[in-house]
Amino acid sequence: MNAALGLARRARWRWLEMAFWIAAFAAILMPAGAHLILNEIAILALFALSLDLILGYAGIISLGHAAFFGLGAYAAGLMCKYFAQEPLLGLAVAMAASGLTGLLSSLLVLRGSDLTRLMVTLGVALVLHEIANALPQWTGGADGLQGMVVGPLLGRFAFDLFGRTAYAYSLATLFVLFLLARRVVYSPFGMSLMAIRRNQLRASALGVPVNRRLIAVYALAATYAGAAGALLAQTTAYVSLDVLEFNRSADVLLALIIGGAGWLYGGIVGALVFKILQDYLSSSAPQFWLFWMGLFLIVLALVGRERLRAGMRGALTWAKA
Amino acid sequence: MATILFDGVAYGMLLFVLACGLAVTLGLMNFVNLAHGAFAMAGGYVTVLLMDNWDAPFLACLPVAFALPAAIGLLLERTLYRHMYGRSHLDQVLFSIGMVFIAVAATDYFLGSSQRNIHLPDWLRGRGQVMGVSVGLYRAFIIVLCGALAFGLQAGLMKTRFGSRLRASVDDARVARGLGIPVGMVFAATFAVGSGLAGLGGALGTELLGIDPYFPLKFMIYFLIVVTVGGTSGITGPFVASLLLGVADVMGKYYLSSALGGFVIYVVVIVVLVLRPSGLFARAR
Repeated sequence: MNAALGLARRARWRWLEMAFWIAAFAAILMPAGAHLILNEIAILALFALSLDLILGYAGIISLGHAAFFGLGAYAAGLMCKYFAQEPLLGLAVAMAASGLTGLLSSLLVLRGSDLTRLMVTLGVALVLHEIANALPQWTGGADGLQGMVVGPLLGRFAFDLFGRTAYAYSLATLFVLFLLARRVVYSPFGMSLMAIRRNQLRASALGVPVNRRLIAVYALAATYAGAAGALLAQTTAYVSLDVLEFNRSADVLLALIIGGAGWLYGGIVGALVFKILQDYLSSSAPQFWLFWMGLFLIVLALVGRERLRAGMRGALTWAKA
Repeated sequence: MATILFDGVAYGMLLFVLACGLAVTLGLMNFVNLAHGAFAMAGGYVTVLLMDNWDAPFLACLPVAFALPAAIGLLLERTLYRHMYGRSHLDQVLFSIGMVFIAVAATDYFLGSSQRNIHLPDWLRGRGQVMGVSVGLYRAFIIVLCGALAFGLQAGLMKTRFGSRLRASVDDARVARGLGIPVGMVFAATFAVGSGLAGLGGALGTELLGIDPYFPLKFMIYFLIVVTVGGTSGITGPFVASLLLGVADVMGKYYLSSALGGFVIYVVVIVVLVLRPSGLFARAR
């Protein structure tokens, strides 16, 4: 009984959360100009949310999360080019394809230690990249998938040049999937995942079916990543090989780490900071951006994520007082 | 057939020298260093620059390609890596990816992004006949040199005083420290040697693999595979794994199309992981 009460208390909506979502949706009505980058932020946020499910809650480090992102992007792109132009249908197909691949690859990922997981996740992404590169008649190879004509959303809202519809579409998808993720992590299932992350042996001794839980959350995260990829493909009407590249997996890891893993909003906050920084810093030269990212990662790891977060929390309470 | 096998063995030997430093830091010391390839890249670029700008002979470049990455490795170990040993794997991953990015960005900025090659001396070019099999001289050179290194390393780890100190430090750092073994210095020296060997591998591999600023990212998966498939018990496992991968990769690319052949090593890895989740040679305890 107590546990159920505790769960309910943790799952309560806070006013800051509501304010955030109201502001995010209000941004749709802003004058045109910022929607393109807002759309990118929403997509990266969804991608980071998906990584948060496996890293922040289940403790699986992935070096190749772009595998599912890219798969979703290609699935949505091909769907749109050859079958149906309704975006929602493409989104559903992309999520199904990524989720299924996540389910299959989870059987490999869950074998062995952290080290094996690093290799397998990286390897799955590389294999998919190779496949996409080796099938130019379908994927366009290095030229990218061109000639997508994305139909209007729900048959009514056409995608405009300024990205207003795109942002609304991505944000709505992010919001719906976020609600689902929120429901999942505050359920007994989510609690059992956190138990597994803290101590796998003890969790299994308490009767948690460790492997089944990890497979389930890995497939769920893959589905989410596929959705993010599909959003990118549909809102830009283009898919290139870089959706599967290592840099994308590293980007999302960094975005999530900036925002903090394990509290759902980490991905969203991180995506916001990451995209704004990237926009500001990479305007001069791409090498500089890579350099800054590297420096940031090193400082972050050396100082320690916990200490950094404690510092931020300290600053917040100081600001409130 | 025998020639393909020979090429595969040469490639595998090269992989071993590139990855054996990682086999020790990652496999034995349990430190995830994804930046290992950056040291290999340093060795490769040292060779390219020395040969292009000073017309240095190839053989004279090799010791420099070992010494410079080893020195960089020692410096970084003492200043940065040292603080990361006891940390979580996620922190180590973030830290070493950061190192890779900085290495890539710096190389790209200072040396340009195009691929660089070296001109081998005449006596290493061409082919020869060994027992009726036509073999590339350079590949034979790699096999001899890397084979000798592998034996030397195994002997060093198993027979020398330093080797037993290292094994003791890895097994239980606290007890080793209590016995008066300078664990920090042992780790630093090991790290330096591992980085140096990676540099040497990079120098030897420049001819076969080519070198560009993205080398550390491109070969990260190979290093990880060697260590994972080989298991974390010593350097015998990674040695066998390197040979297996080298032969599988070269044969796959020869007998299948070059697009399909790239997948052969992944199939091998999957099979090994399904049959033996903790590698070919798992630690006994």
